[in-house]
Amino acid sequence: MNIIVCVSHVPDTTTRINLASDAKSMDPAGVKFILNPYDEFAVEEALRLRDKMKGEITAISIGADNSKEAIRQALAMGADKGILVKGEKTDSFQVAKMLADVIKPLNPDLILMGKQSIDFDGMEMAPMLSELLDLPAATVVVALTIEDGKATAEKEVEGGREMIELDMPCIIAAQKGLNDPRYPSLPNIMKAKQKPIQEIQGTAATARTEILQMTKPDKKRANKIIKSDGNSTAAAHELARLLHEEAKVI
Amino acid sequence: MNILVYLEDRNGQIRKPSLEAIGAAHSMGGNISAAIISADTSAIATQAKELNLAAIYTASDSRLANYSPRATGCALAEIAKQAKADVILIGATGRGKDLAPRLAIRLEAGYVPDVTAFATENGEIIAIHPVYAGKAQMNVRVTTPIKVYSTRPNLWKASKDAPAGQPEVTNVNVSFEDSDFKERTKELVLAQGKLDVAEADIIVSGGRGMRGPENWQLIENLAAAFGAATGASRAVVDAGWRPHSEQVGQTGKTVSPTLYVAVGISGAVQHLAGMSSSKTIVAINKDENAPIFSLADYGLVGDAFEILPALTEEIKKLRSH
Repeated sequence: MNIIVCVSHVPDTTTRINLASDAKSMDPAGVKFILNPYDEFAVEEALRLRDKMKGEITAISIGADNSKEAIRQALAMGADKGILVKGEKTDSFQVAKMLADVIKPLNPDLILMGKQSIDFDGMEMAPMLSELLDLPAATVVVALTIEDGKATAEKEVEGGREMIELDMPCIIAAQKGLNDPRYPSLPNIMKAKQKPIQEIQGTAATARTEILQMTKPDKKRANKIIKSDGNSTAAAHELARLLHEEAKVI
Repeated sequence: MNILVYLEDRNGQIRKPSLEAIGAAHSMGGNISAAIISADTSAIATQAKELNLAAIYTASDSRLANYSPRATGCALAEIAKQAKADVILIGATGRGKDLAPRLAIRLEAGYVPDVTAFATENGEIIAIHPVYAGKAQMNVRVTTPIKVYSTRPNLWKASKDAPAGQPEVTNVNVSFEDSDFKERTKELVLAQGKLDVAEADIIVSGGRGMRGPENWQLIENLAAAFGAATGASRAVVDAGWRPHSEQVGQTGKTVSPTLYVAVGISGAVQHLAGMSSSKTIVAINKDENAPIFSLADYGLVGDAFEILPALTEEIKKLRSH
């Protein structure tokens, strides 16, 4: 089975975002970058499928040199090789187009990725690739079975689950709960350093959106403290009163 | 400006995020129409005729009895062309966030996901959407003539105004290929009566301070009194006390309710990222130094096990008037 996993290099979840001087992006100074957490579920699923069905896993990332870190982590988990596509990526369409152009000639049986990258939270890659590659896709997938050339995916939706059947080859965007991603073992981390990462220049498509500004929301909070001092009933009453009369939310 | 709004339905009703998208369309102004795509559009079209729309477009095919993202995208693109839509709005539900990027590719249009507000600058539409789990936001301009947006639930008022006139229903003939049905939804399994955090107006969330899953009745009772959804911090989801679908935070859901009540949650950066855009935040915690208090509008320092039952009674009393 020829499996492709799309991975991205994102700021760690504890990062406090500071604006860069252009006020259109994040200042990367001092920021710790990690493999996108949702992509870990994708890599893990690829590893499980390869263990069951034999095959090869290629981890692909679009970005600059530092995106190699995300690929290395996928290799350390057990992926076989990587591809870094260097190219301008100011919007998600450009990323999707570069990915589609690289993936198409590789003719994979399965393309896996996280449901979203935790930087831009767009959830756009899988559906866009579905249209660009003319392959079926399921997003927010919490369970996956592949049997007799068909994939069955369980998609998390509001209030429940959708069971989706897809023809192969297909694209699956992983949600938390799909599996338990393994921690790379030390031997695997060492082996990963020898695995090849091919570098390609991607052809940038014309962006379809433009970022005018990035801001940090600075909503002022009232910070009104009510101490219960042993009288929970009175404190609860006061809170309810404030929510009704002042905040007017009930 | 022609604005087309996609109407998603469930259990025979138009879903609230779609009605909110109509509200968003009205805030932008223009000629507003709606698109209904399914195996039999008549029931939803009847409901849509009661809404403030200039026109209604339908497309149907028996194969759409089970939802297909690709086929729906194909039909919506056809309708958008027929309606000469300049802007297409889709409520950012699970289906919506899958459908909107597909539509954008088919129409070669730019797309902004999960829009929380629109503004105008030099006659152009500026869409604001949260990034880094809401720790920042981007003001984005779509550079193509046709623009696609998905609108975050619970931020616009659901438009339920009556139409100015009689909206005309036009059926659009879409020629589907079999390959348009390469994804087929076989079944939709819903947990009965459970309100999802992503769409709830009020959320009551519990964290490690609740000490164990056996105490969640207290959270559920308060949520029931409010008519709220129940949420959870990552710690209690990872501990197996609550399902992942309830997790609020950077690796869970980002929510924008009118009221967020955080009980026994200390307030890690990642959790705050998921709920910081809530209109009003209440924190209940026995540790007065918990970081959550700096983000709260109202903070109650005390024992959740005593406060929750007392607050539940107060809310029941208030709401029964």
